[in-house]
Amino acid sequence: MFRKALSSPYLHNPPFSTQGMMFRVILALLPAAAVYAWQFGWGVVINMLLATGVALLCEAAMLRLRGRPLRPAITDGSAILTALLLAFALPPLTPWWLTATGAAFAIVVAKHLYGGLGFNPFNPAMIGYVVLLVSFPRELTLWSLPMQLAEYSLDLEATLKYVFGSALPAGTTIDALTAATPLDSMKTQLGLGLATAEIMASRAVFGPVGGVGWIWINLLLLAGGLWMIYRRIISWHIPVATLGSLLAIATIFFVLDPRHTPSPLFHLFSGAAILGAFFIATDPVTAATTNRGRLWYGAGIGILIYVIRSWGGFPDGVAFAVLLMNMAAPTIDHYTKPRVYGHGGRDDG
Amino acid sequence: MNLQSFHGGVEVPGHKEISTSRPVEPAPLPKRLILPLSQHLGAPAEPLVAVGDRVLKGQMIASPAGFVSAPLHAGSSGTVVAIGEHPVPHPSGLAAPCITIETDGEERWVKRERHDFRRLEPARIREMVRQAGIVGLGGAGFPAFIKLNPGRSVGTLIINAAECEPYITSDDMLMRERPEQILRGLQIIRRAVQARRCIVAIEENKPEAERSLRQGLQRLEEGDEVEIVTIPARYPAGGEKQLIQMVTGQEVPSGGLPVQIGVVCHNVSTAAAVYRAVELGEPLLSRYVTVTGGAVAEPRNLEALIGTPVAELLALCGTALDAVQEVIMGGPMMGISLASLQVPLVKTGNCLLAVARGEIEHAAVMPCIRCGSCADVCPISLLPQQMYWHARARDFDRIQEYDLFDCIECGCCAYVCPSNIPLVHYYRFAKSEIRALQEQKRKADIARERHELRERRLAREKAERAARHARRKPGPSDESKRAAIQAALERARAGKQGSPDDV
Repeated sequence: MFRKALSSPYLHNPPFSTQGMMFRVILALLPAAAVYAWQFGWGVVINMLLATGVALLCEAAMLRLRGRPLRPAITDGSAILTALLLAFALPPLTPWWLTATGAAFAIVVAKHLYGGLGFNPFNPAMIGYVVLLVSFPRELTLWSLPMQLAEYSLDLEATLKYVFGSALPAGTTIDALTAATPLDSMKTQLGLGLATAEIMASRAVFGPVGGVGWIWINLLLLAGGLWMIYRRIISWHIPVATLGSLLAIATIFFVLDPRHTPSPLFHLFSGAAILGAFFIATDPVTAATTNRGRLWYGAGIGILIYVIRSWGGFPDGVAFAVLLMNMAAPTIDHYTKPRVYGHGGRDDG
Repeated sequence: MNLQSFHGGVEVPGHKEISTSRPVEPAPLPKRLILPLSQHLGAPAEPLVAVGDRVLKGQMIASPAGFVSAPLHAGSSGTVVAIGEHPVPHPSGLAAPCITIETDGEERWVKRERHDFRRLEPARIREMVRQAGIVGLGGAGFPAFIKLNPGRSVGTLIINAAECEPYITSDDMLMRERPEQILRGLQIIRRAVQARRCIVAIEENKPEAERSLRQGLQRLEEGDEVEIVTIPARYPAGGEKQLIQMVTGQEVPSGGLPVQIGVVCHNVSTAAAVYRAVELGEPLLSRYVTVTGGAVAEPRNLEALIGTPVAELLALCGTALDAVQEVIMGGPMMGISLASLQVPLVKTGNCLLAVARGEIEHAAVMPCIRCGSCADVCPISLLPQQMYWHARARDFDRIQEYDLFDCIECGCCAYVCPSNIPLVHYYRFAKSEIRALQEQKRKADIARERHELRERRLAREKAERAARHARRKPGPSDESKRAAIQAALERARAGKQGSPDDV
């Protein structure tokens, strides 16, 4: 298609638009989101809708305040994607004000105060999540039990009552509905000197490789991620480097002490490793932009995930790893320029 | 032969069949020929004629001004009716000096000298090509004789028959219809540069043209010394740097010329023009031009005189001018949008692309999300997303660290940009700003130098004056004092006798 242009080229034909890219990422996320909701209840759906609503409202308000036109920014899908990723990171039973605060912080502070789409140095969804995690650690580590383990689950009405009114049905306590996540349990029990095999056998939240229920979500995330690579919505560099380095470092420590170290597969299929590698770290705005840089960037994230999980203060480390590498991205880009045609010397990228 | 590949590039639908189904037609002689003095890279030519002069077809009417320049010739016999500003095909849309000839329809030629190139020395060939006003007809417009004068040994002569831009078919049709002219031109160029190998590189989407060239080659003496290679139809395969990389596996050094790696590259149309200049004695007067696009009823190639108004060429192919949204001279990837249809066809004008209303989309420009699609398609391996960032910020030092001046402006980056950002426009802006700043700095340096010289000269003169003064003062002044005292004494003595008015 020809386009109106001040100077050449007059042809324009990208495989998809920026908007199309955002909505394809959302599409790739949806199957896993559906299974997540099926496994962990209505809370997941409420989180996603609530976060999306708040994110879109904040997006509109900030565009208005900044004197920018609402369209096309409001329909570009980026705010929705941020909201969905944030909701994916939140426990299924999260009070509404936490979800709303996270979404608002992500859009208002992490995105628009830095200049809006394309100008934010940090991943907005992860900023929103980390603000909540640091401020309300207790609420953010209580995870609902997956369907298979829960003695009973809350229906839509009961979930709404809890999320918006903190009220549980009579005779129920939040402790009966929730438990620590597999990564959290593993970390605590390892701290007590138990062996991984004992821990995984003793606790119902553990399945054969990771947490019960999580394996399906992660497999669907993996499928969605591979589809995005196949359709060239993301490049392979970041996910491959992230998961590759995570597996590599996990394997090294597992080989050194298999009794007290979770297996590489446990690391891969627990927590947010796959979600992070394919959907979060690949946010092009905040990632390294050269292909060689993306390998370093991904490798850094993989290693940081392992370091934080193993020796840090939090059970999972994806959000912090991504934010730390966001910080390093400009430097990585500076040192990974590809060799330009006709210039000798520098290595090929 | 082993073809290498180049980084990136894009697959653009060719749309070439639109204009290749009809045979090439000669365009009728226009009433007026408008010949811009600058149709080439380098200094504009200087007029040799005055208003009112009668000129013959093929007569030189403007001479090259300096080494990198090219002369101009009258496309037909007639009278010079104007020398002055006229709209020309230029991105700025501004007018430029042109010589306008009113044709008399008699087509009276100047005397033409025919030559057998095998009897000519390379230096003589170069001079003939220079005198014929031949410039690179592929689009760049670099005076062709300079590339016939390599000044060092040439291993490979590449004849560029890629024609990789969509819609353009003028080289394609020339290869189909006049292969022998191209091949003779090739032999002449080869003799001029004394190349060891000669390769014609043609994109795979032109099988008829390739067959025609191969048949021509069989009829040619020494035809077996020429290789024809088929290259993938991947834009910009016909870019000089990309073509050289594919054919030789070597890269032209940044800021350098192909001849530094022993390669010389000429376009097929240039080769045919060289043949006509050397063997037939005809300067560059006409060319094949593709007239195509959604607004053209009978898209085809015309053989038109350089200087013919674009509007006439469009009309010849049944273009509905009221349906035209935009006319692009050149291809849709690197061409320029014409501000006026009164501009003439120029030497480098290989295509007129008349885009109809409705063929153009007005997609909104979105923010850059640094997805890197642009970097993946850049044939030079630049980082367009980073250059865009620094161009926007007017950070001209940083953008040069990203090798802005290696950008060939092929447009691949903007073609694939999901945010529809006119990336190349930003690079042109940055380049022109940097050039302007450099020019400003150069002028400021000159001014400062002149100022300093002046200051130094003034100081020196002052010192010299002072020295002169100091030298003169003690000598003559002492004497004059003594003389004055003496005179006063004498006056005093005399005063006693005469009046004091003597003082």
